Amino acid sequence: MTAAVGAAAAPLARRKPPFTVRRRRFLLAVANHSVLIVVTALFLAPFVFITLTALMSTNQALSSDLWPHPFHWGNFIDVFRDAPLWRWALNTFMYSGLATLGLLVSSIPVAYALSRLRWRGRDAVFLVVLIALMLPPQVSVVPIYVMWAKLGDFIGFHFIGTLWPLILPNWLGDAFSIFLLRQFFLTIPEEYFDAARVDGCGELRILTTVVLRLAKPGIAAVALFSMLYTFNDFFLPLLYTSDNPHNWVLSIGLSEFRSLRQVQWNLTMAATLVVMAPVIIVFFLAQKAFVEGVTLTGVKG
Amino acid sequence: MGTPDAGAAVLAAPRPAIDRRRAKKSAAWRRRRLVLLFMSPWILGFSVFFGYPLVFSAYLSFTHYDLLSAPRWIGTANYSYLFEQDQQIWPAVKNTLWMIGVSVPLNVLFAFGVALMLARARTGVGIFRTIFYLPALAPPVAATLGFVYILNPATGPINSFLGLFGIQGPLWFQSPDWAKPSLVLLGLWGIGNLLIIFLAAVLDVPKHLQESAELDGAGGLRRLWYVTVPSISPVILFAVVIGVIQGLQYFTQAYVAANIASGQASQAGDTTSNLGYPEDSTLFYPVLLYQNGFRYFQMGYASAMAMLLLGVSLAVTLLILVNSRRFVHYAGAK
Repeated sequence: MTAAVGAAAAPLARRKPPFTVRRRRFLLAVANHSVLIVVTALFLAPFVFITLTALMSTNQALSSDLWPHPFHWGNFIDVFRDAPLWRWALNTFMYSGLATLGLLVSSIPVAYALSRLRWRGRDAVFLVVLIALMLPPQVSVVPIYVMWAKLGDFIGFHFIGTLWPLILPNWLGDAFSIFLLRQFFLTIPEEYFDAARVDGCGELRILTTVVLRLAKPGIAAVALFSMLYTFNDFFLPLLYTSDNPHNWVLSIGLSEFRSLRQVQWNLTMAATLVVMAPVIIVFFLAQKAFVEGVTLTGVKG
Repeated sequence: MGTPDAGAAVLAAPRPAIDRRRAKKSAAWRRRRLVLLFMSPWILGFSVFFGYPLVFSAYLSFTHYDLLSAPRWIGTANYSYLFEQDQQIWPAVKNTLWMIGVSVPLNVLFAFGVALMLARARTGVGIFRTIFYLPALAPPVAATLGFVYILNPATGPINSFLGLFGIQGPLWFQSPDWAKPSLVLLGLWGIGNLLIIFLAAVLDVPKHLQESAELDGAGGLRRLWYVTVPSISPVILFAVVIGVIQGLQYFTQAYVAANIASGQASQAGDTTSNLGYPEDSTLFYPVLLYQNGFRYFQMGYASAMAMLLLGVSLAVTLLILVNSRRFVHYAGAK
């Protein structure tokens, strides 16, 4: 009896794999990690080179030296003195903040109607949202530009040269945010909505209480994406503000930085780092929301 | 006393039904109004910033328009110029196709490969993932500036490094042959988003499929091809669609790289004719559209280009989505 139990139990107990298998696994793991470490080093290299150059003197940055000697920390102060970085940053934050606020206020109800309200034609409308999302912005930039120019003539306010043509459309819903918010709203269990309805909640109350509370991570991810997108945006600011340096955002300013500071690679790289810094800091503060959001766009899309 | 009441009750009997129907109708109305209210931002935004511009763009494409004087109807002249005479269209189309054809497969393969390795790694996954994702966050203008400096032919770190081994590095952004490959490298550096999507998909492949394939004697490569790849095929499709769509609107990196590299070559602040530098090798379709519309103010001609771009992107999107059922495996629900 005991022998039989022992024989039956033996295969169940976790046996140590034979030495050759263990060695093979170990070597594979080592190879895997070495390749990963090499690729990681390649990914970090540009950051390292940019930082090292940002700390060089002007002449050294023009040589083929790799290591700054001596370290010029003052470059980071010079950058702020030589270029209106603060002005550009202020414009960027205005664009980013107002666009994100408007996009949330306008896209949340739309995403709710597309995910949690039942009505005829809903799927067709969602398909139209998706198609709008797929089309390149270049398709409609010309007529929209003309529209802002004509509207400006009509009401006597020059939209061209300001950031308003970039901000205002976000107050009327944004296809990508609607899509992403809808995906988030669909993950909320139906029971919460039913419970709220039984308790006599109208749809508007459900939206402002249940949805806003339960979809907080999703809304945070959409806000982060929108801020990242507007912070990085180059095409639209170039179109509308390139002739008016007063309203330049960081991306435009940085691209024109080299024409302001002829051959000073060290200062250019210092400015590059300054522009990269806010995004990277925000990323480290909100890494989880970022990763969740990116994953959701791909897996459920 | 009872009879009139009873009679009234009999008369009133059908009334609740009517009321209920009316109440139902008005509830449906209220619901419809609610949907309309919730959808209103999108309906407005879609009409003003999408529907109307498309119609207006179609109209402008048949006119000569410079923004100052009224549009002048010229029939199909823009299109015949576009297809028959414009010397820059073909290079721009060729560059765009080259970029899509080279960079989409490379990005997918690279992201998939790194994701596989990350999925196998036992330690440090979090650190690796963070480092791989960081470059994707770098603003495109900043990343491009950094790459133009790093790949600067004379004194840049990469060519200095290659010089240590006696290798003469290429001219990168200064050479018509190497400018696009340099942009491909820049794209590979910013692979983070794709990588995270692939990593999630690879980790999601059902364990039991892997194990049963292993029991059937399938080796690592066969398991990869017959289990992992089919399981994540929707993600591969997603990556290809997004890659092609982004390829069709490729602008910022090309614009900034040409601008900075040409400035570096001439050392002059001449920023009028540097798009596509060097020798139109980075002149992509959206860059040419920008040039015609917003440098030369040929709004009619730029609209014709936009209509062509619209047709191509619609065709590509539909083609891929319609054919997807044939080669993509969707687990569970169809």
